Amino acid sequence: MTDLSAPDAAPVARPVWLKRLTSRAVVAPLAAVVVFLALWEALVRINNWPNYVMASPSDLPAAYARYWQLFLVMGWQTLWRTVVGLVLAVVVGIAIGMVMGFSRTMRDALYPLLVGFNAIPKATVVPIVALLFVGMHDFNTVLIAFMISFFPIAVSVSIGLSTLEPEYRDILRSLGASRTAIFWKIALPKTLPEFFGALKVAVTLAFIGTNLMEIVSPHGRGLGALFDSAKTNSDYPLMFAVLIALAALGILLYYVVVALEKTFAGWAERDHH
Amino acid sequence: MSELIAIRGVRHAYRTKAGPLPVLDGLDLSVAEGGFAAVVGPSGCGKSTLTKLIAGLMKPDEGEVWLHGEPVRGPRATVGMAFQNPVMLEWRTILQNVMLPLEIVPTRLSRSEQQERARYLLALVGLEGFEDKRPSELSGGMRQRASLCRALVHQPEVLILDEPFGALDAFTREDLWQTLHDVKEAEPFTGVLITHDLRESIFLADQVVVLSGRPAHTQYVLDVGLSGPRDLEHLYTPGATAMLHDLRHQIEIAQGRAPEEPAAPSAA
Repeated sequence: MTDLSAPDAAPVARPVWLKRLTSRAVVAPLAAVVVFLALWEALVRINNWPNYVMASPSDLPAAYARYWQLFLVMGWQTLWRTVVGLVLAVVVGIAIGMVMGFSRTMRDALYPLLVGFNAIPKATVVPIVALLFVGMHDFNTVLIAFMISFFPIAVSVSIGLSTLEPEYRDILRSLGASRTAIFWKIALPKTLPEFFGALKVAVTLAFIGTNLMEIVSPHGRGLGALFDSAKTNSDYPLMFAVLIALAALGILLYYVVVALEKTFAGWAERDHH
Repeated sequence: MSELIAIRGVRHAYRTKAGPLPVLDGLDLSVAEGGFAAVVGPSGCGKSTLTKLIAGLMKPDEGEVWLHGEPVRGPRATVGMAFQNPVMLEWRTILQNVMLPLEIVPTRLSRSEQQERARYLLALVGLEGFEDKRPSELSGGMRQRASLCRALVHQPEVLILDEPFGALDAFTREDLWQTLHDVKEAEPFTGVLITHDLRESIFLADQVVVLSGRPAHTQYVLDVGLSGPRDLEHLYTPGATAMLHDLRHQIEIAQGRAPEEPAAPSAA
């Protein structure tokens, strides 16, 4: 081991990656997580709660160390099925949003149906879907993730398209542009900020959908199944470890969406100075 | 000079829940090639409907709209439009915004020639150096200048201006009047300007058309007796004052046809 206390040589310019890692955008959320974990730990210790009431963060590393292979395998199962469900929700949501955004009649016709569908608790749909497609566990899980998350996307796209200022259309229409050209050049890019707002909501919803199916159905796949088996075995630290793993996956996917938003709709962000 | 825009006996009504709402009834307009007509009239008298008819965005119920000796049947690439709200595509740079019509209208220009033309127009209206800025970085007057460039980039024969300077402050507006004269000198077009500003109408146009209250017909046509650029001082000559007086009187007649504007729609 080298002597860590040895004084540094003359100060050198910090490399870019180091600057980025110590920037506010990285440090602030990390600090918030640390504070949150500390408060959680303190809450459990002060109340002297046993594990079956609430496990504390210090119990979790042991759970992760013991079951890390399961976490990798099942975490991946949960992640890919959520992402596939989301992609489906994006495709179908945009399609429905376009139909409702461009046609007044379709908007009037479809809105009550959509709202009604969305009002049905998806937990009640899970057994129906499970029976409908018995044995097709991956498909069922993706389906529930999709059903729970397409609504905000469809609504945001339809609102974005139907509230397009008429001048935007007229600029191109007066030149003889087709509807398709107006959609690609104006309507679609103009709707992107609303779309990404909805996508951020949809990401977390899709995880709820995936886990609903995983917890209820007896196929033993995904983090939801791991949670369920931890519950059966009264392994309380494992249950909390699964919850934290789910939170981590949710955050990961959220930041993927943020990165996409920066790339495709970065123009909507204005400097505040 | 030949007649480029000809509108004869146009009638049009909007279909509303409360039944047909006639907006135009016996509208005539004739603008010679290279001419510049200003259209004034009480608010809500159908001036914007007129622009849509010329642009081919709407068909009149009755009457004829001719451009260059051909009846207007739909939108055509020989028309450029600028509105009071200078909508810009916020995700594009100013240069890309100006080039937008060239992506729709068939053009013989190469990509670099298109850029060159857009840059030339931007310089013409005093926006040199703003090509790569985003619309959100520009003031209202600058956006309106850019929107003027966009309306002209595909070399339209007809430029329709629907209250383009209505939302600008008085000094910026006067600046833009001069700019518009300069642009017309460099890039000749036949213009139709919708406006509420009588001074603007006689400063920019060579004829001022007064529309009556709704449903609008052509009530009065004033020959300004000038064409091309003029000095702001022109507005302070006795001749100009007399014209403004004349127009003011005509507007009052137009408003007098409906003595009381119906108040704002009631809550019911």
